[in-house]
Amino acid sequence: MADPMKIRAAMAGDKVEVKVLMAHEMETGQRKDASGKVIPAWFIQSVTATCNGRTVLAAEWGTAVAKNPFLSFRFSGGKPGDKVAISWVDNHGDKRTDEATIS
Amino acid sequence: MRSSRRKVLQGTGGLAVMGLAAAAGLVKPGIARAEAWNKAAFETNSVPEAMKAVGAAQPVESKDIVLNSPDIAENGAVVPFAVESRIPDTQSIALLIEKNPNVLAADFQIPQGTDPWINTRVKMAQTSRVIALVKADGKYYYNAKEVKVTLGGCGG
Repeated sequence: MADPMKIRAAMAGDKVEVKVLMAHEMETGQRKDASGKVIPAWFIQSVTATCNGRTVLAAEWGTAVAKNPFLSFRFSGGKPGDKVAISWVDNHGDKRTDEATIS
Repeated sequence: MRSSRRKVLQGTGGLAVMGLAAAAGLVKPGIARAEAWNKAAFETNSVPEAMKAVGAAQPVESKDIVLNSPDIAENGAVVPFAVESRIPDTQSIALLIEKNPNVLAADFQIPQGTDPWINTRVKMAQTSRVIALVKADGKYYYNAKEVKVTLGGCGG
C-alpha cells in the first residue's frame, strides 16, 4: 500500500487553497535498470478532489508528471472545518484516499 | 484430483502457473480502468495528435493563458509549472510537452467554483515547448512557453 499523501487545505481570502504531495514513483516506462531491462511504467492515472462530497478537481495524468507528485489548486465554497478528500488510482489499480480539514 | 493439483503446484510448473495468475490479476484492473483514462491521448507522440485525441481540433492562441515556470530547468525530472487561464468559463486545462516521448502530461477538469489555476510539477526529457491547452465554453485555446532543460528527466 502506498504511503499517505500530505494534504494542506487552508483559507486564502474567501477561497480554499489546497496543496497535495503524493508519494508515488511515477515510473515512465522509458527508463532502464542496470542490466538494461526496461523498468515498467507505474504511475498515477487519475486524481479526484472532493470537498464535502462535491468534486472540486478531477485530473488525468500521464507518465510525465514528476515523481512524488505535487499539486496545488484553489476553489470557492469551502469553509474552515470542511473536509477535503483527495484520491488517486494508478495503472496497477492501486488506490489511495486521504483527507484533510480546512483550516 | 486434489493431490495431483498439489503436485503441480509444488513443481516449477506450478510456479509459472501462479506467476501467470498473478500477472492476469494485475493486468485486469488496468484494462478495466483504461476505459476511463484517455489512453489514446496519453500515448500520442506529437502535439497535433494529442490535441486531436483530447478533442481540440483548431485551438486558438490566447495570451489569456499564463504559464509560469522557470525559463531554464536545471533538472528535467522536476519542472514546476503553474497555469492560469483568464478565459471566462474555463472547463479544463491540459499540459502538453512537445518533445517528450508522450506529449500529453496531464489533463485537469475544472468544475464550476474551482479557480482555473493549476500548480504542479512535470518531467521534461529535453528542452521543449510546453503548451497549455484550455477548454473554455466549449472552445479550445492554447499558449506555449519554451523551457530549456539542462539535464533530461528520463536518463535517471
